[in-house]
Amino acid sequence: MTTIAATPPGQPRARPVRRSPLRRRRLVGLLVLLVLLVAACFASVALGTKIIPFPQVWSALFAPTGTEDDIVVRALRIPRTVLGVLVGIALGLAGALIQGHTRNPLADPGLLGVNAGSAFFVVLGIYLFGVTSLLGYVWFAFAGALVASVVVFTLGSMGRGGSTPVTLALAGAALTFLLNALVSAVVLIDTDTLDAYRFWNVGSLAGRDGSIAGQVVGFLAVGAVLGLASAPGLNALSLGDDVARSLGLSVRRTRVLGIVAITLLAGGATAACGPIAFVGLVVPHVVRAFTGPDHRWLLPASGLLGAVLLLAADVLGRVVARPGELQVGIVLALVGAPFFIALVRLRKMVAV
Amino acid sequence: MSTAVRRDPPRVPGRVPFRAAGFSAVWRPRTALVIAVGLVVLVLAMAVNIGRGEFPISIPEVLAVLAGGGDPGQRFIVLELRLPRSLTGALVGAALAVSGAITQAIARNPLASPDIIGITWGASAAAVAVIVLGGSAGSVVGLLATTGLPIAALLGGLVSAALIFGLAWRKGVQGFRLVLVGIGINAALVALVNWLLIVAQIYEAARAQVWLNGSLNARGWEHVLPVGVALAILVPAALILGFVLGGLQFGDDTARGLGIRVDLTRTGLLLVAVGLAGIATASAGPIAFVALVSPQIAQRLVRSARPPLGASLVIGAALTVVADVVARTAFGGVELPVGIVTAVLGAPYLLYLLVRQGREARA
Repeated sequence: MTTIAATPPGQPRARPVRRSPLRRRRLVGLLVLLVLLVAACFASVALGTKIIPFPQVWSALFAPTGTEDDIVVRALRIPRTVLGVLVGIALGLAGALIQGHTRNPLADPGLLGVNAGSAFFVVLGIYLFGVTSLLGYVWFAFAGALVASVVVFTLGSMGRGGSTPVTLALAGAALTFLLNALVSAVVLIDTDTLDAYRFWNVGSLAGRDGSIAGQVVGFLAVGAVLGLASAPGLNALSLGDDVARSLGLSVRRTRVLGIVAITLLAGGATAACGPIAFVGLVVPHVVRAFTGPDHRWLLPASGLLGAVLLLAADVLGRVVARPGELQVGIVLALVGAPFFIALVRLRKMVAV
Repeated sequence: MSTAVRRDPPRVPGRVPFRAAGFSAVWRPRTALVIAVGLVVLVLAMAVNIGRGEFPISIPEVLAVLAGGGDPGQRFIVLELRLPRSLTGALVGAALAVSGAITQAIARNPLASPDIIGITWGASAAAVAVIVLGGSAGSVVGLLATTGLPIAALLGGLVSAALIFGLAWRKGVQGFRLVLVGIGINAALVALVNWLLIVAQIYEAARAQVWLNGSLNARGWEHVLPVGVALAILVPAALILGFVLGGLQFGDDTARGLGIRVDLTRTGLLLVAVGLAGIATASAGPIAFVALVSPQIAQRLVRSARPPLGASLVIGAALTVVADVVARTAFGGVELPVGIVTAVLGAPYLLYLLVRQGREARA
C-alpha cells in the first residue's frame, strides 16, 4: 500500500509518490490474469473436436452467415465458454472465501457440505423422481447445496461463541461423510441410479446449453457481490475472532454474509456442472503468492484465476481425447495436482 | 514431558505422576475411564455381532466360548466362522483410528486424516483399477478378485504414500507440506477413480462401488493375521514415538528447544501411520470416516488438547464393530457395507459432541 509521510504544517500535502513493489506486483498479477482469461476464452471457442481457425471464429462472432462453423461457435462453444467463466469465477471466489472464513488452508468449498448435499439431492432426484436431465439436476443440486450448508453452519455455530473455524470445518466434514454414505447406500441398492449418478459426479461443462447458465447466473452474481463485500471484514477476521471483535467488527454478521456468499457461489457452480474439486482449493494458494493475504486483492484475483484454470482444463480435456473428451473435473485434478505439488515444494506455503 | 528429571520431580497438581527410565506419564482418570468403557462396548458389540446369524447364539454363550467354554458346535461357529469377521473389524478400526490420530496430531489439523491426504485413496484407485480394467481384460477376474485385490490395494496405498513422502521431502518432512501434497495426490486419485467408474461397464462400476465403501463380508483368519501382526508391531511403535506428540503441538522450534528430535520422530510416526492405514484399507476396503472421527471423538471425550492415541484406538475399534452390527441387522435382508454405517453413526455423534461442548462452555 502507499505510505503516507508526515508533512510539516503550512505546506501543501504532497501526494505520496513512492508506490510499493507489492502494489505493482498485485496490479501486474491482475493484468496478467485478465490477459490469460481472454486467451483462454478464445482457445475455448476455437478448439475442440472440430478446430475452427481464428478468422472463422471472428466472423462467427461478429458477422455470422449461418455456416457450420458459425453454428458450432454460437450454439455450442459460446454457451460452454460463458458457463466455464461463470463457474470458474464462482469456484475460485468461493475457495478464497472459505479458506478465509475457516482460517484453514485445507478448506475448499466442498467443506461446507455443498458438494455432498448436491450429490445427495441429485441422487434422491434420480432415485425417487426419475429425473435424468441436466436441467432437472440443477434445482435438486442447488437445493441440496443450500440445505447442507445451512445445516453445517447451524451445527457449527452452536459451539462456544458462535462458529469457530474448527467447529465449522469439523461439522462440514462430518456432514459430508454422512451424506456421501447415504449416496453410497442409494447407489448400491439401485444400479440404475448409479449409472446416472456416476456421470453427474465427474463434473463437466459438456452438454450444458445457455439455459443452464441462465438458471444459475443470478445466484452466482449475488454471491460474488456479497463475497467481495465481505473482504474487509475477512481481513479483520484473519487476526482472530477476538481481535476482530475488539476492532468493532460484527463477527457473526461477517460470517453469515460469507457463508451465504459461499453457498450461492459453490452451490450454483455445482448445480450447473456437477462437483468440480480442486479449483477452490488450489487457486487461493497460487494467488496468495502475488497478492499476499489481503482479501481485497485475493478475492478478485482468485475469481479470475479460477476462470482461467477451469477454461484451460476444459480445452485441454477436449484436445487430448479428440474426438471424444475428458471431463473437466478429471483434467483439473490430474493436471492441477502436479502443479499444486510443485507449488507446495517451491514456496513456503502461507497459512491463512 | 519426556525429559528425565533427576532432582525432586515437580508434582502436577491433582494428578499422580509415574516415572521410569526417562519416560513419565500422569494418571488421567478420564482417559482410563474412556478406554475402559470403550473396551466394554467393543467386547459387547463383538459378542452381539458373533451371536447373530443363521444360527443364533446368545451373548452369554458367546462370551463363554470366547473364555474357553461352550460345546464343540458353538466353538466351531464362533471361533472359525464368525470371530474373524468381528476381529478384522476391530483391528481395522483400531489401525485406522491410530493412523488418523497420528496424522491429525502431526499436522495439527483435524481434517488431516489418511482418507483426506491420499493414502486410502491410493489403495482405492489400485483396487478399482483391478476391478475395472481386470474385468475388461476378461481373463484373470476370478483370481484377482480373491487374492489380487488386497495386494493391489496395499501396493496402491504404499505407492501413493511413498509418492506423497518423496514429494513432500525437503530436508525433512514438515507436517503442513505433507498434508498439502497429500491433498494434491488425493484429488488426482479421486478423479482417477471417478474416471474409471464412468469408463467401466455398469456392473463393474457397481462392484467397485461396493469395494469403495469398505466391507467385512466373508473375512477369515487369513484376513485377521496380517492386520493383527501389523498392529502388534506398529501400535507399540506409535505409542513409543507418540510420546513426543505433546511437545510437537507447540511448533517445531519450541519442540526442538524441548529436546525433541523433531524430524526423526515425525518421520517415524508418519511411516507408522501410513503402514496402519495401508494395511487396514487393503484388508477391508476404505472404511470411511473412522480415521477422521475416532480421534476427534476420543479427544473430546478425554478432554485433551490433541488426539489421544490409546483412546482413539479403542474408540475406532468399537465404532467399526458397532457399525458392522448395524450394517448386518438394521435393514433386514439387505446387508450394507460397513463403511456406510461408520459414517452414519460417527457423523451425528461428532456433531452432537461439537454442539454439547459449546453448550457446556456457555452455561
